[in-house]
Amino acid sequence: MKITVDARGLSCPQPVILTLDEIKKTKKEEILVLVDTDTSKENVIRAAISQGCKVKEVSSEEGEYCISIQKS
Amino acid sequence: MKVKNVFATKWGIIGVGAFIGMIAPMLQKLGNPGNMGICVACFERDIAGAIGFHQAAVVQYMRPEIIGFVLGALIAAYLFREFKPRVGSTPIVRFFLGVFAMIGALAFLGCPWRALLRLAGGDLNAILGLLGLGFGIWIGTLFLKKGYTLGRSNATRAAAGWLLPLMLVLFFVLMLIYPQVQDEPKSGVLFYSIKGPGSMHAPVVISLLIGLAIGFFAQRSRFCTMGALRDMILFKQMHLFSGIVALVIFAFLMNLILGQFKAGFTGQPVAHNLHIWNFAGMSLAGLCFALAGGCPGRQLFLSGEGDGDAAVFVLGMIVGAGFAHNFGTASSPDGLGPHGIAGLVAGLLFCLFIGFTMMKKNA
Repeated sequence: MKITVDARGLSCPQPVILTLDEIKKTKKEEILVLVDTDTSKENVIRAAISQGCKVKEVSSEEGEYCISIQKS
Repeated sequence: MKVKNVFATKWGIIGVGAFIGMIAPMLQKLGNPGNMGICVACFERDIAGAIGFHQAAVVQYMRPEIIGFVLGALIAAYLFREFKPRVGSTPIVRFFLGVFAMIGALAFLGCPWRALLRLAGGDLNAILGLLGLGFGIWIGTLFLKKGYTLGRSNATRAAAGWLLPLMLVLFFVLMLIYPQVQDEPKSGVLFYSIKGPGSMHAPVVISLLIGLAIGFFAQRSRFCTMGALRDMILFKQMHLFSGIVALVIFAFLMNLILGQFKAGFTGQPVAHNLHIWNFAGMSLAGLCFALAGGCPGRQLFLSGEGDGDAAVFVLGMIVGAGFAHNFGTASSPDGLGPHGIAGLVAGLLFCLFIGFTMMKKNA
């Protein structure tokens, strides 16, 4: 079961806020976060790890990133 | 596959903070104004003066550091494939956030970078400024938590991302065509201060090269003074904060070595000691930076990455400097400008208006 957070095009710190909200809220085990800058990618990964989550995979396509976060 | 970005690690951001902390006092030694080795707000204000947007004769100089910041970030962004032209996240609001950020910063006399450098030089008034900065950012985080957003940007053509860097290249070319002439207030189309902070500067080539280096490393590390305090308040995250701590410690040590450290509230260079207004000025600036998503330095580096919305914020700051001096809202070492309080009130009302209205529906 997955849920997707679309944070593309959003300024700092909104991608992180949306990701952390979803980590707290969702009952699903996996969260996919879409971002379109390297800064947002790094920030989301850092935030997820700080919450004790695991970053399973980061895939990139046409300058966008999909970060797969596994809730612990 | 891209190489791992070492600058985005904890030691990366600390290293970049330390680098800026060491370089800034050296720029001061080489001629830049006191506790102003680097100040993004002051230097953009000087650029506004150089192109005649205001007539404050003591603060007119085309600062090559600012040009270098954007071009250094542009080079880094291209080298590491991070140049992403993008626009459309409510640019008009960002423009006015830039205007009022400048009005707030010039009430205090400095951007967050200079607040840190002033502290590292012993100017205790900076403490009030930094507390104000934190207060303004804290208000910004309340809006962010309530769902404040300026919406998404969209990818665009490279040309749009190039416009601000190209404008700054043109400014530098103008500086070469119309170089400073000893004791002359104007050379061709450019104004040059013959006294005051605008007349104090390091050699042009050194300023540009250092600007390029800082722009390069800051783009890689995402160094941001506003983000440092915001992430601590919002997420209890110390990553960016470690960068500004390194900046202060290394700038302090450099100032000691260079004999530039002098502790006190009075007699500090380009500063006043009106505590309430130092606090209030930086509160307004901090709130504007938080609502715009980056400190003035970070907005320059984002502009270099092709972020057209950050570029609009930068233009807002330059125009804001024109307002601040033409309308008498800017402070001077003698104290607050004649209309300083009006400028701060207008800015605060603007920020509250934007903060309450730019909410995501159903948030």
